[in-house]
Amino acid sequence: MFQLEARPEASKSWGFASPVLALALTVLLGVVIFMALDKDPVRGLQMFFWEPIKSAYALGELVVKATPLLVIALGLAICYRSNVWNIGAEGQFVMGAVAAGGVALLADKETSRWIVLAIVLAGVLGGMLWAGLVALLRDKFNANEILVSLMLVYVADMVLSYLVYGPWKDPAGYNFPQSKTFESVTQIPRWMSGSRVNVGLPVALVGVGLAWVFLFRTHAGFAQQVGGLAPAAARYAGFSSRKALWVALLVSGGAAGLAGALEVAGPIGQLTPYVPAGYGFAAIIVAYVGRLHPVGMVFSAVLMSMFYIGGELAQSRLGLPKSITGVFQGLLLFSLLACDTLVAYRLRWLSGRA
Amino acid sequence: MTPPLLSLQGITKRYPGVVANQAVSLAVMPGQAHAVLGENGAGKSTLMKIIYGAVKPDEGQVFFKGQPVSIRNPQEARKLGISMVFQHFSLFDTLTVAENVWLGLDQSLSLAEVTRRLVAKASEYGLDLQPERPVHTLSVGEMQRVEIIRALLSEPKLLILDEPTSVLTPQSVEKLFLVLHKLVSQGCSILYISHKLHEIRALCSACTVLRSGQVTGVCDPRQETNASLSRLMIGAEPPPLALTPHTPGALVLSVRKLHLAASEPFGVDLENISLQVRRGEVVGLAGVSGNGQRELMWALSGEDTRAEPAVIEMAGQPAGHLDPHARRLLGLHFVPEERLGRGAVPTLSLAHNLLLTRGEALGAGGWIRMGALAEQARGILARFKVKAAGPSTTARSLSGGNLQKFIVGREISAAPAVLIVSQPTWGVDVGAAAQIRAEILALRDAGCAVLVVSEELDELFEISDRLHVMAKGRLSPSLPRADATVALMGEWMSGLWPGNTVEATHVPA
Repeated sequence: MFQLEARPEASKSWGFASPVLALALTVLLGVVIFMALDKDPVRGLQMFFWEPIKSAYALGELVVKATPLLVIALGLAICYRSNVWNIGAEGQFVMGAVAAGGVALLADKETSRWIVLAIVLAGVLGGMLWAGLVALLRDKFNANEILVSLMLVYVADMVLSYLVYGPWKDPAGYNFPQSKTFESVTQIPRWMSGSRVNVGLPVALVGVGLAWVFLFRTHAGFAQQVGGLAPAAARYAGFSSRKALWVALLVSGGAAGLAGALEVAGPIGQLTPYVPAGYGFAAIIVAYVGRLHPVGMVFSAVLMSMFYIGGELAQSRLGLPKSITGVFQGLLLFSLLACDTLVAYRLRWLSGRA
Repeated sequence: MTPPLLSLQGITKRYPGVVANQAVSLAVMPGQAHAVLGENGAGKSTLMKIIYGAVKPDEGQVFFKGQPVSIRNPQEARKLGISMVFQHFSLFDTLTVAENVWLGLDQSLSLAEVTRRLVAKASEYGLDLQPERPVHTLSVGEMQRVEIIRALLSEPKLLILDEPTSVLTPQSVEKLFLVLHKLVSQGCSILYISHKLHEIRALCSACTVLRSGQVTGVCDPRQETNASLSRLMIGAEPPPLALTPHTPGALVLSVRKLHLAASEPFGVDLENISLQVRRGEVVGLAGVSGNGQRELMWALSGEDTRAEPAVIEMAGQPAGHLDPHARRLLGLHFVPEERLGRGAVPTLSLAHNLLLTRGEALGAGGWIRMGALAEQARGILARFKVKAAGPSTTARSLSGGNLQKFIVGREISAAPAVLIVSQPTWGVDVGAAAQIRAEILALRDAGCAVLVVSEELDELFEISDRLHVMAKGRLSPSLPRADATVALMGEWMSGLWPGNTVEATHVPA
């Protein structure tokens, strides 16, 4: 029989191999699910793993969805490495989108192109404000940040609904709950023509570099993580846990808000009740599958984006329910959690002896 | 000749990367107090856990009363008549003494019946215990008594004690030994684990010495000298330390009338603590742990900044309100008693662990110069003879002694004006302990002011110029080392120094 045996030191190679093995398990379980639903598993897998990359247009769409996931996940990685459990990035994303949308609605035909900067800044501040509330409640009243950040997601959804059903509703919109379509000057500049990919992508890639430098090459980033790894050691060294809390939440809130701004002023172009697309929650999986490492998260963001697109295609072409996307995301996360056992333990075959 | 009560033959236990016990054999006769002597990490505790059924050996056989037995868990061990008192107590703080004992016994008995037996047993052995007291109000010595009574109530034929005196004052140790002598005279066998030679000689008539998991000798400790026993235990005798007397210099660290309420439940309030440490002297702080040492260290290191600024002065500047980083800038460095998790981050490399207290490898804007950092770490590894693969090894993979050498090295190489060391050699093997003590003395001779907190009186006598004793959150007057005796220190540990009004209920002698 097999026995799990603690490794003297966490395995580096399994740190890399575990997400790959988890992906393989997800695919395997996916095949089982397709077969159980009487669908051709090969065609099913095609929807998830081939269709999203088979053409330049498809790749563009892949990047459009991967960008916000990556931006949010970068902030979350810094947060989680500091032992601060912000799971309300979705709410911070929505508030970023609301703030950015508010600025975009101010634009008219004569507005300068520079308003885009104000829109992006408003998005960042909106997300920071929402995460700052979490930090404040934790700092002053020791309120659990997991619960507070999660509950604020629903508050943010309500704020958005109030605005698009009420004051910001487009008068010429046939009473649909949506704002005016933003003026074209507010559009986040496209990166290249012919694709919906905008400058959000280079922004995200610069973010990868910045996050890497902050985490692995600056004393501030080091101090931030010690609080997460060993709180008593952080206290011994004199690293402030309050500062770590605020930095973690403001950075992750700002990143989520930025993603929200890039979405509404980019592919969406107006405020609707459908702005919250679950990116804030999916980014949690992106962060973990990417090992909370900036470069790793580039790959996991692309993977998660594939699941989004694959899920949509499976709906329209195979007639599978919408929840298939969530099923795949969940399968990946749980497979990863299971495979991570192998980082700290090894399997040993025991012959005969009990 | 009677067969041994317990005998082990060829016991081997391997853990990943280490062999904890290799072909260990051991025989305990009925009514014999048998010592298992060895350094930390020699494999004593693993061997005891095997006897007690908590760990399964890979090879070898256990015999009890001549019969081969396979003890699968502690319940089976207790059924055979084997009881164990662990170094770390397993008592529920919120329950009373009687309830704790009741939990460990046959459930068919009523609480009243258990209380009656407990009182009877306690008076039989002269252990005084109040069955209705909640455990969290007991001193460490009293908690140990509860553990011992609980073990005795199962009428054991073999009692295993794991380092029982490490938490006791010298007077409490004498009381414990009276109980153990009585047990032996009644025919109970005792397995006594320790690395303290004089205790073993006072109690035991046989001794098995372990080194790196192997038996290096079986002897009668009463026939052996300290030197011959430590040769068996560590292979060589540690060189004696040279403590050259000299006059201390200027006052560096001064604490004046520090009062501080405990910041956590079951913590100790600090009351009226005054303390001075001068350049070129080592001040020792003795006392049973749990008498306010932890709280005082927090206040001195800056982990607790609630003290009035002027109450703690560093080099003439008020420092009570400063955080640890600001105090380090004034020259105060601190080695905490917990190595993993406080003194070092377990999962980070040794190089990165330098960054907790050292900033030499930082460039402008806090940029970490990786090359310089690795170089600095390599320097400390070499100078302090830390056995580690290199700067990128994680702190957690080092043995206790090596990690302690690294942390002490990290703080000493910062050339501090004041060094505070808490439990410098706890769980550290004899060789490393000698090295750490020598480094502390070298620092003193170089003009540093050193404050050492330790539970080991022998250690404090070896390296201190002056001694204080802490009891129940209060600090005794200072005493030159030449005037300090074990008996006097023991009395003071119970709070009985001249002029102290509050007797330490924590440590009943």
